[in-house]
Parts: sequence; structure tokens; C-alpha cells
Amino acid sequence: MSGYFKDIYEGIATALIGMKITWKHLFVRNVTIQYPDEKHDIPERVRNRLYVNMDDCIGCDQCAKACPVNCITIETAKSLPEENLGETSTGHKKKLWVTRFDIDIAKCCYCELCVPPCPTDCIFMTPTYEFSEYNRNDLIYRFATLEPGEAAEKTANAERIKMETAAKRAAELEEKKRAAAEKAAAEKAHDAGDPTAPSPIEHVAQRTDTRERTPKPSNTGGETSEPSSSGDKSAPSASSSGQPSSSGSDPFDMKTAPHDGSASVRSDAGADRDASSRPAAW
Amino acid sequence: MTENLDVLRQGIASGRLKTDELVLNMGPQHPSTHGVLRLELVLDGEIVVKIIPSMGYLHRCFEKHAEAMTYPQVVPYTDRMDYLAAMNNNHGYALAVERLLGIEVPERVEYIRVIMAELQRIASHLVAIGTFGMDVGAFTPFLYCFRDREYILDIFERTCGARLLYNYIWVGGLSHDVHDGFERDVADFIRKFRPTVTEVNNLLNYNKIFIERTAHVGVLPADVAVSYGCSGPMLRGSGVDWDLRRDDPYSIYDRFDWNVIVGDGAAGTLGDCWDRHMVRVGEMEESCRIIEQALESFPAAGDIAEAIPKRIRPPKGEIYTRVENPRGELGYYLISDGSANPFRLKVRGPSFVNLSVIDEISRGHLIADLVAILGSIDIVLGEVDR
Amino acid sequence: MESLLQSFFGDNILTLLLYCSLPLVFLLLYALLAILGEVKVSAWMQDRLGPMRTGPYGIIQPIADVLKLLQKEDITPANADKFLFNLAPYLSFMSAYAALAVIPFSSQYVGADLNLGLFYLLAISSLNVAAIMMAGWASNNKYSLYGSMRAVAQIVSYEVPAAMVLVIVVMFIGSLNLQDIIIAQSGPFWNWIVFGGPKQDVMLASGHTLDASWTNLIFFPLFLGTFVMYYISGLAETNRTPFDIPEAESELVSGYHTEYSGMKFAMFFMSEYANMFIVSAVTAILFFGGWNSPFGVYLGDAFDAPWLVAVEQFGWLVLKGLFFVFMMIWIRWTLPRLRVDQLMYMCWKVLIPFSFGVALLVGFLVVIL
Ligand code: SF4
Ligand code: SF4
Repeated sequence: MSGYFKDIYEGIATALIGMKITWKHLFVRNVTIQYPDEKHDIPERVRNRLYVNMDDCIGCDQCAKACPVNCITIETAKSLPEENLGETSTGHKKKLWVTRFDIDIAKCCYCELCVPPCPTDCIFMTPTYEFSEYNRNDLIYRFATLEPGEAAEKTANAERIKMETAAKRAAELEEKKRAAAEKAAAEKAHDAGDPTAPSPIEHVAQRTDTRERTPKPSNTGGETSEPSSSGDKSAPSASSSGQPSSSGSDPFDMKTAPHDGSASVRSDAGADRDASSRPAAW
Repeated sequence: MTENLDVLRQGIASGRLKTDELVLNMGPQHPSTHGVLRLELVLDGEIVVKIIPSMGYLHRCFEKHAEAMTYPQVVPYTDRMDYLAAMNNNHGYALAVERLLGIEVPERVEYIRVIMAELQRIASHLVAIGTFGMDVGAFTPFLYCFRDREYILDIFERTCGARLLYNYIWVGGLSHDVHDGFERDVADFIRKFRPTVTEVNNLLNYNKIFIERTAHVGVLPADVAVSYGCSGPMLRGSGVDWDLRRDDPYSIYDRFDWNVIVGDGAAGTLGDCWDRHMVRVGEMEESCRIIEQALESFPAAGDIAEAIPKRIRPPKGEIYTRVENPRGELGYYLISDGSANPFRLKVRGPSFVNLSVIDEISRGHLIADLVAILGSIDIVLGEVDR
Repeated sequence: MESLLQSFFGDNILTLLLYCSLPLVFLLLYALLAILGEVKVSAWMQDRLGPMRTGPYGIIQPIADVLKLLQKEDITPANADKFLFNLAPYLSFMSAYAALAVIPFSSQYVGADLNLGLFYLLAISSLNVAAIMMAGWASNNKYSLYGSMRAVAQIVSYEVPAAMVLVIVVMFIGSLNLQDIIIAQSGPFWNWIVFGGPKQDVMLASGHTLDASWTNLIFFPLFLGTFVMYYISGLAETNRTPFDIPEAESELVSGYHTEYSGMKFAMFFMSEYANMFIVSAVTAILFFGGWNSPFGVYLGDAFDAPWLVAVEQFGWLVLKGLFFVFMMIWIRWTLPRLRVDQLMYMCWKVLIPFSFGVALLVGFLVVIL
């Protein structure tokens, strides 16, 4: 019986305590704000929309390879010997025309993995967070500064050079290739049989804060943790090497498709190809 | 309609009126299944006879994705499992890879990781406590909890730029050093946060109606909890004194003085919803203590990127690493074939395992209790389905 | 009031219609205010701002809500019992509206001055049960069915203590007429029933004299308890938190009105808010002097303007009613929800024994005093 009255007493008493708390909160200042009119201060390091400063981009493809969702697509064309592309503000010599630099921001997960590897610090995240669009294709940001015609021309030039070189050196190339293949096969066999291969861990000697836009001293600073298959500096000898090796599509297709139409056609083609070539992406 | 009436009339006339069980489909769009969980309930009136949970509505192939990613690229994916405890997820994964690689991380990194993980634990528990209150019908405490969680997210945002999915704890280090004034911000937060616990206690946890709703409900005896593999507050609520931070120490938890909160059945039976809930409330205070101690001995300087490997290709081998996620034991079973991508990454998710016990402890309870039980398990569907 | 309208429009059906629709106008305006109150009070209690974008400080938000509901598609589920499904919301609103007929808004205005006012009130508000049952059954949805079963069990149970509490007051005053009950409490606030009732003799409208004296103060604790019991039963009858188990959002999605949309949903919504006001107004009438000014004097008397007195009386009643509506909102945003069995426990094992006990005591005291 006393338990019965105790329950009733507790029920009323605790309800009143609760009501006292909510009553006090009636007069507490609101913690929410009127969003579009007032906005929170954006911290300095905030991760929102990506931006690429194309003046500094050397087309090295590091950012595209670091991206876990493959939302960066870069195409490059080798410049002709007589063309001077100048230098980046960090002192890197530009050797490639960046004919295509698309970021599908709708796919981006804002992980910022693409920022640290960039040797010239030209890709970075901005504080802009309001960039919704009605059309999904408008979320594919095209940073390449070349006009479609120009890009086609540069690609063609590079192609021509490549053809010429290829024809000239066909014979010796053939020779070299065979030699290289033999050597590689031998090495592979050797690797497989040797469990005490050198430790794969190398520590980054120097890592500048990604927020400071200071020049990086060496061109190897950007290379963290790459799959060994194609990510070497020496790779851009062929014009198609800018492609992420994982995309798996025909390099010719990648090169020619974007240049034969208006911007909207390009965006459609880009979206389709992205979808088809990367089934694993969400 | 008329057939039903006929059946009814016949049943009454013949004196053989039978009652039957009813199958109710709860979810995937239901206010209190905490996401897209679907429960098929077999009900006798309002009493739960059987529960068949159906999962997978949020399945995103995390484990398969991980096989196609390089080691650093997996980190953002771990964020997205238990999205309320992304830091803890990062931490577990980073530890797994580091152990496989044999890396020691600098002191400062360890401190920052512990502080971040504990802040995240508080944030996650705040959501659990608030939504549990909402499940039993109290809306206001939920918003008080969210208000304080915002302060934590602000700190995270200032440090690493993201509010929910941080990609902060990297293999071998951190993505950013802490921001200027981090220590002050955290200390400020703890000062602001402590009164909220008292307030939520008075408003919700010690409220008679709340106690009546949660005490003696969904009792999970210790042996059942162990045999189902429950972990975290779910296990501790049943009185089992087990916390990986103490019992399988990782990082630098062994340096701090803190208690493992265990349910004591103060309001009802040991292992009921109220116990589980109060374990979370108590753990928030313990996390505060850990953070305070960590701030006291926080190394003033140090390079957080010092141990980040340039190239991550762990030697052939496998490892199982577990950490104490806010929801329980989060384990990563990692197999490396020596390449740049994990060969296999299996995750032992605490929510998934904890959820499996729901049928066992909800039978014979009312629908209203089932909602309370589900809330007290504190599942995150992102991690149940992965 | 009726005579006033008659002098304008003559003695015809239009006059009657106008007369009847006054509470409707009031109800609609009140509902707008109550919706705004609900969102704003809950927001402030939770350190939020609430709606701020429609009008200054969001004050025309309820109108926007109504417009939104009007525009919504009116969905009737394919397998619903269409006739009952469509009837239920209107029946629910009708019962709330009909209850307003006997609420005396001032000494000058009461829709129907029934001698059995309280009785009518009890009877007509039970009609809501039928509407809820209809809605739940006709929706052909398990959640709705559960909601309506719970609602019926709850409302029917809580009518017992509510009626018992009314009996206590009726026993004390000796009249079922609501005007009489209010007149008995005229004068300053200490004559209110919650403070023990009138302290000097009063002449009721029915001609019967209520003998009273300061010894009535001994009723104060009893009537305070009665008031609390009535208010709790009222909360339960209107399905408000902590007794909102029929709509229990986290369990039954939305209970009996899960399947309703658009204007039909709005009807349920309106009837809930109307019922809130009715319970609040009845609380004010039974325990807090109804339209009586707490000071016992009116500004209108000073200026010798009877119409001003009527307006003041209306104002006092509405003010008291709104205060109790505010209390309901306050309680809703503070407490968790009870479970079905606990709800029944509270009704049958707490409220009913207590109300019977108090009824016995009051009856005894009324006889000997
Ligand atoms: S932020 Fe992450 S997802 Fe977005 S482009 Fe960079 S690497 Fe890709
Ligand atoms: S890493 Fe930097 S320089 Fe290289 S392609 Fe990307 S943006 Fe250009």
C-alpha cells in the first residue's frame, strides 16, 4: 500500500520537476539560427565544394587516383616541343595540356583524399556549401580551360607526334619491348619466389600541411600510397597515360568522345561513360 | 467485410470462436525503427509473439568495396558504416592496418585519437539517449541532446572540416593536426555539457513515467547477452563488466583513470532497458573524465604526419583488431595479400550483433515495449546493413 | 445575444444559423491560435525558434498550414470502407462542435442553456469514440485498427473518473446547468470552486439558493484534488501526451488517422484541438469561475455598458481556457508517454478510487455543513 502512494507521489513529483525544467527553457535563448539569413561561421578547414586552379595544374592525375569514388576524370595531351606551357606558381614545369578535367561533385564524398597528393596544391576545398542544381549534369564541374576546338587540336597534335615517333622508332621499340618483357618476366618469377622482399613501408619524409598553400619542395611529395600499377612519374610518356588505370575503358574512346559536340553532349557522354565504366561506384 | 462478419457470426454461433495471430509489418518506413529496419511482428493482440527482423535495405557492399580500394581509400568508407561514430570506426580500421604494418604512431596522435574517439562516444550516446526518449514519447530531451552534440560536431568541424563523416584518423596518423584552441574548445564543451546530463536526468531518466516504461522491460540476462555476442552498453547493462578499452587495451586508454559503467538494476531488473540507457548516461561522464585527463597530459607539440606511410602495402598476413565503439565491439578482420588493396576486410559490427537478440528479449512484451527495447539496443542501420 | 441578432435580422432561420455558427467562428480562430501556440511553445521549450518565415515571427504559419492541407490530395485507400472512412472525420469534428453548444461564453451568450448541460456534454463528447472507431476500422490498416482500439479503451475508461468528478461538483452546487455553476462562483476569485466554492449565499438562475459560508474553505484540498483528477482525465480523453497512446507516433505511426490526408486529416486535427479547448473550458467553468472575473468587478459596470461586461466575461473564459490549453501543451512537451496497461492502471486503480473517495467525503461534508 505504501508503495502505491509512493508511486503516485513520485509520478506527480517527477512530472513537476520535468515541467519546471521545460518552463525554464521557455526563457532560454534559442540555439538555432535563421539559416538563409544568418549563417554559422565557416571554420577555416571546412570541406565543401572542390576547386581546381587550372593555372597550376600539371595534369599529373594524382588527385584522380587518390579519389575513392572515382569522381575526377582527367585527360591530357602531350605538348609539342615548340609549345611552351610555362610554369606553375610552385615552379613545376607544365608539360601536358589538360584537355579535360571534370569533377562529378554529385559523387564526391568530401573526403579530401584528393587534396594532399597534388604536387602543386592546385586542387583544394572551398567553403562554398550551397551549390545544389536542378539538373544532375550541372554538378559535373568542368575545369579544363581549353576550348573544345583547342583541346581537339592539342589532342590531335599529340597524337600525330606520337604516331610519327612511333613510326620512326618502330623497329628499335619492338626490340626494346621484347627485351623489357623478358626481363620483367624473369623479375616476376624472382619476386614470387622470394618471401623476404624489402619492406614496402616507406615513411613520408616531409609532409606540408595541406592548408598552407606553400610550394612543395619536391615533386615526389604528392605521391602517397598509390597502387604500383601505373602511378609513376615516368608514365606520362604516352598521351593516354593520364587515365586512371582502374577505369578500364578504351583510351581512344576517352580522348575522342568529349571533343565532337557541344558542352551538353559532352556532359551526357561523360556521365554515361562514368556509369558504365565503374559499376562498383555508388 | 461481410465475409469477415459471417465468419464471426458462425464462430459465435458454434461456440468455437477462435482468436488468431496477426502479422504486422513494422518498417522499413516506421518512425522508430531508427532507419530502414523492417520487423515482421507476429502479434497476439498487442503482445509480441515472434519477431523476424529483415535487414539489408541500406546495404552498400562496404566489404566488397574495400577490396577494390587502396588502404587509405577505405577510411572514408568506414565513416559510413556507423555514421554516428565515424571517428571510432576510423580508429579501429587505422589500428588494424597499423598493426599489420607494425607502425607505432606518435604520442600526440594517440592523444588526439583518444580525445576524438571519446568526444565521438559522447556524441553518439547523446543521440542514443535522445532518440530513446523519443521512442517512449518524450521529444524535448532529444533536442537538448542534439544541442550538445552540435558543440562536439563544431569541434570536429574546426579540426578536420567535416561534421559527420570525418576521414580523420588515417593509417599512421591523422588527416590534420588539431586546430588552434582545440584544448580550450574541448574543455569548454565539457563545462557546458555536464549540466545537460543533470538536466536530462531530471527531465527524462528519473521521470516516473519513463522508469515505468523502461524498467523490467526487455530484460537481457547476462548469460543470454554473452551467448548472443552482445557487446558495449548492451552487455554492460546486463551486469557484465567488459569493456575493450580496459580489457583489451588499445591506444593509450590504460593511462587514464576511469570506470567501466555496469548496469545494476536500480530501477527494475538487471539488464532491462533502463539499465542499458543509464549505462550510456554514465559512460558519457566517464568519457568526460578520460578527455579531461588526456587534456592535462596533452603533448604540446609533435608531427602528426610523421608515421604516415608513403605507400601502404602490408606484408601478407591477417589480423583481427577490435575497438570499443559506442555500440560495442567493432572488429576489423583484415587479410592482406601484400598488394595495395586489402584482400578481404570483414567487419564485426556491434549493432548487427546486438540486434540479433531482439526476438529473444521482446517476446511477450507489448508493441510499446518493443519500441522501447529497439531504442535501448541503439542500432545504427548504416552499420547493421553495411 | 439572441435578441440582439433578432433585432438585426428578424426572427427567422438566418438568425438561428448565425447564432449557432458563432462558436464555429470562435473555434476556427482558436484552432489557428492553438496550432501556433503548440509550435511556438514547443520550440521555445526546446531552445528553438519555431516557424519564423511566414509573417513576422511566423505568426501566420497556421494559415499556411491550413492552406497546405486544403491543397493536399484527398486519398482514400483502395480497400477502405469508403463511406465510414469519409464520415469519421466529420463525425469527430461534429461531436467537438456540438459540445460547444452548452459552453457559456458569457452570462449573455450560451448556445443552448440546458438544465442538463453537463450531462449533455458528457454524452456528446462520447460520440468522438464512435468516430475514432469508425476511422480505425474503415481505414483497413492494422496500425489504424490498433490505434482506434486503444482509443476506445482509453476514452471509455477515462469517462468514468471524469463523470465522477463532475458528480462531485454537481453535488456541491446542486445543478447540472453550467450557467448555474458559474453563477455560484461569482465574486472574487476566492469564491471559485477550486478554492472551496462560494463563501456567501448565492441565488442561482434556477431560483434555488445555495447556502454557503467561509466554512467552505475546508473543501479547498478536496476540490484541488478533484481539479487535478479532472484535468488528468481530460488529458486522457483528448488523447494528449502523456496519454497519446492511440496516436503514439513512435509505435503506431499515427494511430487511427494514419491513412487520412488533406482536409479529412485536418478535421481530426481540428477536433483534437477543439476537444482540448472544451476540456480546458470545462475545467475553467467547474473550478475556476468560468466567465467570472477573478476580481469580482467588471470595467463594463463602471461605464454602465452591459455589452462590455459580456465581452469581458467572454475574455476571461477564453483566457482561462487558453491557460489550460497552454498547460496541456506544456505537459505534452515534457513528459514521455504511458503504456496501455499503465494507462489503465492509472484510470482504474488511481483515479477511480480517489474520485469515489472524494465524492463520498464531499457528499458527507455537504450534508453535515
Ligand atoms: S574529396 Fe574525396 S571524393 Fe571528392 S573528389 Fe576528392 S577524393 Fe574524390
Ligand atoms: S594532382 Fe593537382 S596537378 Fe595533378 S592533376 Fe590533380 S589537380 Fe592537377
